[in-house]
Amino acid sequence: MSATRNEMGGERAPGDLAHGLHESAPHVPVFTGARRAELDELLTRYPQKMAALLPALWIVQEERGWVSSDAMAEVAEVLELTPAYVKGVVSFYTMYHQHPVGQHFIQVCTTSPCNVCGAEDVVNALLKHTGCEELGVTSADGKYTVIEVECLGACGFATPLMVNEKFIESVTPETVPALLASLG
Amino acid sequence: MADVKQVNLTIEGRPVTVPDGTSILEAAKTAGVLIPHYCYHPGLPVAGVCRMCLVEVEKAPKLAPSCATAVAEGQVVHVHSPKALEARKGVLEMLLINHPLDCPICDQAGECELQDYTYQEGRSEGRYRDPKRFNPVEDFGGDVVYVANRCILCTRCVRFMDDVAHDPVLAVAERGDRALIAKFEGHDLTHAWAGNVIDLCPVGALLSKDSLNKARAWELDRSASVCPNCSQGCNMIVETRDNQVVRLRPRPNEKVNKFFMCDHGRLSYRWMNRKDRVDVPLVRQGGVLASADWEVALRAAAATLSGKKAFVLASPNLSNETLFLLGKLARKTGGGGAFRVPQGAEVPLPGVEDLALRPDRAANGRGAELMGFTRSDAPLDGLGAGDVLVVADEELAELDAAGVAKAGAVIVIGTTLPAWARHAANVVLPIANCTEEEGTFTNLRGRVQRFLQAKAAPGAARPSYFVLGDLLAASGEGSGFWTAGQTFDALAAEVPAFAGLNYDGLGLRGAMTQGALATGGATA
Amino acid sequence: MGFPHPPHDRESVVLSKYFGDKEAIGLEGWRKRGGYVALQKALGMTPAEIVGVVKESGLRGRGGAGFPTGVKWSFMKPGDGKPHYLCCNADESEPGTFKDREIMRWTPHALVEGCAIGAYAIGAEVAYVYIRGEYTEALDRMNAACKEAYAAGILGTNAMGTGKTVHVYVHKGAGAYICGEETALMNSLEGRRGNPRIKPPFPAVAGLFGQPTTINNVETLVAVPHILNNGADWYKKFGRADNPKSTGTKLFSVCGNIQRPGNYEVAMGFPFKDFLYDLCGGPLPGRQFKAIIPGGISVPIQTREEAENSPMDYEGFVANGTMLGSGGVIVIDDAQNLVKQIARAARFFAHESCAQCTQCREGTAWTTKILERIVAGEGSTEDLDTLLEIGEQMTGKTICVLSDSCATPVKSGIEKFRGDFEALIKKKKVHMVPAQVA
Repeated sequence: MSATRNEMGGERAPGDLAHGLHESAPHVPVFTGARRAELDELLTRYPQKMAALLPALWIVQEERGWVSSDAMAEVAEVLELTPAYVKGVVSFYTMYHQHPVGQHFIQVCTTSPCNVCGAEDVVNALLKHTGCEELGVTSADGKYTVIEVECLGACGFATPLMVNEKFIESVTPETVPALLASLG
Repeated sequence: MADVKQVNLTIEGRPVTVPDGTSILEAAKTAGVLIPHYCYHPGLPVAGVCRMCLVEVEKAPKLAPSCATAVAEGQVVHVHSPKALEARKGVLEMLLINHPLDCPICDQAGECELQDYTYQEGRSEGRYRDPKRFNPVEDFGGDVVYVANRCILCTRCVRFMDDVAHDPVLAVAERGDRALIAKFEGHDLTHAWAGNVIDLCPVGALLSKDSLNKARAWELDRSASVCPNCSQGCNMIVETRDNQVVRLRPRPNEKVNKFFMCDHGRLSYRWMNRKDRVDVPLVRQGGVLASADWEVALRAAAATLSGKKAFVLASPNLSNETLFLLGKLARKTGGGGAFRVPQGAEVPLPGVEDLALRPDRAANGRGAELMGFTRSDAPLDGLGAGDVLVVADEELAELDAAGVAKAGAVIVIGTTLPAWARHAANVVLPIANCTEEEGTFTNLRGRVQRFLQAKAAPGAARPSYFVLGDLLAASGEGSGFWTAGQTFDALAAEVPAFAGLNYDGLGLRGAMTQGALATGGATA
Repeated sequence: MGFPHPPHDRESVVLSKYFGDKEAIGLEGWRKRGGYVALQKALGMTPAEIVGVVKESGLRGRGGAGFPTGVKWSFMKPGDGKPHYLCCNADESEPGTFKDREIMRWTPHALVEGCAIGAYAIGAEVAYVYIRGEYTEALDRMNAACKEAYAAGILGTNAMGTGKTVHVYVHKGAGAYICGEETALMNSLEGRRGNPRIKPPFPAVAGLFGQPTTINNVETLVAVPHILNNGADWYKKFGRADNPKSTGTKLFSVCGNIQRPGNYEVAMGFPFKDFLYDLCGGPLPGRQFKAIIPGGISVPIQTREEAENSPMDYEGFVANGTMLGSGGVIVIDDAQNLVKQIARAARFFAHESCAQCTQCREGTAWTTKILERIVAGEGSTEDLDTLLEIGEQMTGKTICVLSDSCATPVKSGIEKFRGDFEALIKKKKVHMVPAQVA
């Protein structure tokens, strides 16, 4: 893991993810201050505390870039659940990262509708230009992780991909270098 | 229950009448038809996920999961129709595609529902040719080890921990064919009732570390019994191999333990196999305890008692029958008796009403009370100077054995010969332990339940009621206590709480004593 | 309209009128375009009156099942003393479908309004809009629209000054196709794994949080304000004269190997052939359509010749051997390795299976492995029989229809394009990128 990466509490553009915490970093509670208030507001929307589980996990991921075991335990405590239960839920949903990911987490849709439009060529171009070489492997500089994702629901704009929270449509192998350059 | 509507239907051509709301699966049981199933368990909420219990219901568009489908008036159900069989064959094949097929090294083999149903309804050969998924074996903590490769994701274990133990430490993690049962790091299956997940697991995925590799299922002999390790009286099965108890498992009893048994109960069996047993009658001759035959020993014991007041210190793990005869013996001499019960913490199983590991860590404290024994932490206090002390299977552990010195003579009727008794006992009569004889216990709610003999007693040891019957006879007190049944029926005739009960009538589920301390519906 | 293309004059543009119109996104712009008139009107009607109008209009669920919306609403018993809930299914995940995304991106207030009317009509004070987590832009716009609506007093405990309570909350999914299944969505909303539930009980009896619940698709709900504004008769006029069962306009998403992919809104019953060639521009230069899946990847795949005969409505597609489904038209041309695409579809379902039912958990993965082996040139003729038989085991036997959906393209693919499979089995090894499941 690169030491230059955004550490917790660092400057962040709104909506940007605080990626890059080392997996062994000690857990600092997420639900304090404004984040706790945010969760408390969310709790008013549901008749049961557990219903705030997915939103709470989103808050964790927004804050930390991934959902660590310690974070699962914290969420469990806050929502009066057990950590095993939370783990079961986290691992059901593919968007929660159970491990740290690259600064730019790139998910490329390769499901059939995009596949027939050449999505796999886009994947190959991304693997080549990011230096990731393999799907799911973070590049040596810690900047990129590329994975295939199942249908992003933008089939008419093949090939779509997501970079962290940002949607980018109509990507072709030719536009990949410029796209990566724009990510910085 | 008269106000519950009854529903009539036909299952496999047999007319069935069951209360409204009953599942087809349960209704079929009443007709003697076992619909194959995995995820369904009567003690757990319905999941309906294994899809093994699919049956054909006439006029329904699709096959119905019989565990999750309620009966309806006039329904016609086919369990073994070609369509239903084909569907279940499909499920069995799917359950086996990623299964390691390692029955020869699997502890569950021989008592595995995957084996049984595959043998019964499955294909003789699978068609799967691709690589199998692999997950390592995981220690789940407590007594449980998880062999993920054999898991069929029926989720019985998860539902037990969630809905019955109220300790949700297990969850299904991941999804699709990557799914497996998971626990959270540092949160083990240490709940006092967690071992039940081993019994609930229909396959070889959750195994007991304690009984791992001890025996193949078909090498075990099984006997119906009652757990002697606390006063709850959970019904259980004692499993022996070559006269050794190797495993205790719960035996369903709706009124006592449903389908469950705690880990303390199921793992406290080693004492049943003790090697330091006294297995021959002993009589003190010339200051030395020497072996004697039964007749000599019984005569010596009767002579020791003759004209003396007997004080009985009894184990609360003795049967009602034995305690009854001990009480008789004490009263005959104008003496009395006492007992003490080892104590522990109460640990309930929250999802089942009135089911707990009880503080009384012995089976029959209630029975001892009903037979006139006094519960005391200092049970030797009642011993009068010069009395004959009859110690019935009580080792006096942690008691001051010096108290015994008050006695004029000591008769030991026991399974073991503790150090103090080597010096103090005048006569030693060896008896069987509760897995070596039959009899009854009375649980803390006053329920009388039978246990059967599971293995042979060592050497010349005899059933305890039989020894007491002989001793009473040798003391001139009639006889006729040759079987546990005879003894129980005599007891029922004499002890008011047992009025109206008879040994055969108890069956293997038991019956309540009079004026029983019932609480709640579970023991009513 | 054919967003991102200009509207075609044969479209019937109602719901998609403001796609691409940035002014329509905010509350002010939306009001200028007639927004919230229907809600004001609805709050002055009785719930039963609204249900009556919707019933009369013939509006049917646009998520795939096509259940009559008014009838569904009428299952919610008023005055039962229980809290009622409305769930809006915005978990659009059916491959080939991306219409709800555009509705939420361009006209978020239309959905807020539809949800508010729907909630009021079924006696609910709370509506949850469950949006798939990947739809970040739709999520942002829906959140902003709700915020605006609350600030303007449209939502809240005194909705539009009527004293009635209407809450609309956005709930973000986290990556699970199966959460588009209505009971899985409810489980997910409750903070559980997205496992479909056994029915009965049906949602109208015990749904979200165990309470009576109605769940409607985005497109269904956004049609409601138009129906209230223009009347049931107006809505019924969209459709084939000879098929009164399918009414209104329908958004079709078009993707794959076609000239102009995008969303198109046509009246029910529109000729599919005209749709494909006239509106969408036909195949790419020098190519021909080979296979068409008209309603999202879960419905039977058809040859070009078969597909072109369908009138585009619920009954029309069914009569022609397939289904309208979610209205996601996937076009595959003759340059594609069709078997590979079917394998890819199977892998999608294997990835998305919730793992509850045996046939689905194991069958989707097994199907995928066999298909990928065939694509890799390692298949055998027996594999095709096995695939069909596994498919049979996966059909009609599980809690939800995900496993059926996996079996459908495989079964119809083998039936209609057996030659493609056999060609792979007989000789060539076709190159395939060994893509991993994410």
